[in-house]
Amino acid sequence: MTDNSTKAKVEKGLARRRRNELIFRSAGMLATTVGVLFLGVFFFTLIQNGSSAFQQSFVLVDLEFSEDILAPDGELDLEYANFDAIPRNALRAKFPDVTSRSERRELNRLLSISAGYIARDMIEDDPELLGQTVQVWVPAASTVDMLLKGNIDREIVESLRPISDKQIAWVDELVSNERVRKQFNTALFTNGDSREPELAGIRGALMGSFYMLLVTVVLSLPIGAAAAIYLEELAPKNKWADLIEVNINNLAAVPSIVFGLLGLSIFVNWASLPRSAPLVGGLVLALLTLPVIIIASRAAIKAVPPSIREAALGLGASKMQVVFHHVLPLALPGMLTGTIIGMSRALGESAPLLMIGMVAFIVDVPQGLSDPATALPVQIYLWADSPERAFAERTSAAIIVLLGFLLLMNLTAVIIRKRMERKW
Amino acid sequence: MSERSAIDDQPAQGASGITPPAPVQESALVNAIADKPDSSATDGEFKTVGEYRCQNPYLVAENVDVHYGSNHAIKNVSLEIGKKEVIALIGPSGCGKSTFLRCLNRMNDSIESAVVSGDIRLDGEDIYSKSLDPVVLRARVGIVFQKPNPFPKSIYDNVAYGPRIHGLAADRAELDEIVHSSLERAGLLEEVKDRLDDPGTGLSGGQQQRLCIARTIAINPEVILMDEPCSALDPIATAKVEDLMDQLAQEYSIVIVTHSMQQAARVSRRVAYFHLGHLIEVNDTDTVFTNPEHKLTEDYITGRIG
Ligand SMILES: Nc1ncnc2c1ncn2[C@@H]1O[C@H](COP(=O)(O)OP(=O)(O)OP(=O)(O)O)[C@@H](O)[C@H]1O
Ligand SMILES: [Mg+2]
Repeated sequence: MTDNSTKAKVEKGLARRRRNELIFRSAGMLATTVGVLFLGVFFFTLIQNGSSAFQQSFVLVDLEFSEDILAPDGELDLEYANFDAIPRNALRAKFPDVTSRSERRELNRLLSISAGYIARDMIEDDPELLGQTVQVWVPAASTVDMLLKGNIDREIVESLRPISDKQIAWVDELVSNERVRKQFNTALFTNGDSREPELAGIRGALMGSFYMLLVTVVLSLPIGAAAAIYLEELAPKNKWADLIEVNINNLAAVPSIVFGLLGLSIFVNWASLPRSAPLVGGLVLALLTLPVIIIASRAAIKAVPPSIREAALGLGASKMQVVFHHVLPLALPGMLTGTIIGMSRALGESAPLLMIGMVAFIVDVPQGLSDPATALPVQIYLWADSPERAFAERTSAAIIVLLGFLLLMNLTAVIIRKRMERKW
Repeated sequence: MSERSAIDDQPAQGASGITPPAPVQESALVNAIADKPDSSATDGEFKTVGEYRCQNPYLVAENVDVHYGSNHAIKNVSLEIGKKEVIALIGPSGCGKSTFLRCLNRMNDSIESAVVSGDIRLDGEDIYSKSLDPVVLRARVGIVFQKPNPFPKSIYDNVAYGPRIHGLAADRAELDEIVHSSLERAGLLEEVKDRLDDPGTGLSGGQQQRLCIARTIAINPEVILMDEPCSALDPIATAKVEDLMDQLAQEYSIVIVTHSMQQAARVSRRVAYFHLGHLIEVNDTDTVFTNPEHKLTEDYITGRIG
């Protein structure tokens, strides 16, 4: 007699259910492992390539602020005085047997061209230094830096490497005299872009990104929130609403470069706003993030239970009071999360910025919304394009900084969600 | 204001403007009614038995129809609710009690598909007229919903919300007083007086329901609509709410939907029996429970329907 009870039937199918679960579980684990693995490789190479950029080689030189050189006719002219000669002479004093003109030029190239400016800034700060000798750490040239970081192969034929045999010998001598050391690379964070890798920094790009995101958030958060509230709470639900919904969803998927073209034709060509300015970049990114913010905000508003609205309406609250007293406070974490996610997308955008001219080589750190600027991802793109080995590590370093900011923003989103989330 | 409802689009002039598709159940009901010789139904046109009028009418519904899209949920219902009267709406699940109740303070406005037609007057004033702001109406006709829905705010703020938005309290002390007395009257004060700042959503289901009652009576409405206010309450809390109703009925009108015959018998003076969207019978509570005029009412109270 066959057992026909429910128990028997359930037990019959149990093995199959367990097998399915096992298959699904292992497939999921495999997928996750692959993802984590890729991420790990990505971070590993990034940190391996980029971490060295946070250190920079410096050479200790005895700067002699000789009156003969700086003020040959008794008068010091900050503008025209030959400050470049000061660090050069200091270096030459260390290597007295270097005499020929071409050798001297090679020797000079061990130091960054900023050494002369450092000398000038010191005098400018303290004119008393004239006639004195001071020991100063000045940045080494990027070729020296690369050599010391092991990025240049000493064994390779001389003509194939950016640093000559003689220069290597001098560097080695400086090293053995403990006149070379590595310091934290502050220039990376305080300088704008430069043709000289050892002077190039991300400050300009960071400020450009900052101003741009400022414009973006100031525009897209209120507009996005207002649009979402209107569409969810006030607008009639008819075919127009459906049409708008479809269009917003479509806009969110439009390639960002199209927004760049739009910005170019409207903001730059038609409204004559300054090219390459964070203002225009921010406007374009606001257009780009609006759909994201509207969609996230609408979802957050939709998630507020209708019973809360009914309760407030039933007590005689007006529609506006329902929205501002009840719906908005409950939807706010979701709306902010959406905004931050939109912002982090905007921070990582480069394509639309290329269209509006934010891809130029800009040395000065932008001081306002209409100064020419680049943005962090564009800076990465520019550096990645440079042939110098020293820019390669800076590219990675800039990516690390960008990822750091993205991580920070997404972390904030998670914290906001966790903190403000309410149960009902 | 962007309060929208189909009512705004068409004048509230009875059901003459619309010809809804006849639902299938209609014929079944008419047959059931036809079984009883003394039925007043004639060929689909239905008349409520008993007395839907009352002596001192305050809230008057006449020829009210409600459609949810193609679903005809309330069919030509007329009912008068007297001043200082407790009237109970009873009937099987899905017969339209909640729907009718929600018409009385225009809560159906917020349901997209709901179309209300007919005449509803509060103290002689058409509540669906354009000149009447639903905000004022709902402050005068309060509602306690079938499912407890406290705000995710503190207990205090839940009760204080209505008085705050309507400016009912001059200062903090007065607001405190309103909150305390409302909680007291809803029979909740004892349990929550030490934790007024705790979230209202952290209370038990029955406590939440009493919080919602307190929230509604805090704005001192003239009519209170209660949709199964005791469905989540234990007998003690139920007794407290029933006491409250007795007390409120000294001044206000109360419309209560209930599935409990005993409760209807205890608290109400009149009972209205709904069936499939029709108002079948309205009579004094005693009459309904001892000697119902309509066969459907009799079947329901004796447990044969529902
Ligand atoms: N929001 C709505 N949208 C569409 N149809 C609805 C809606 N609310 C109620 N209905 C329909 O209207 C009819 C009456 O529902 P209603 O909620 O008024 O019943 P009820 O008498 O309160 O029942 P219960 O005792 O179960 O609460 C039902 O057929 C229901 O399906
Ligand atoms: Mg109901």
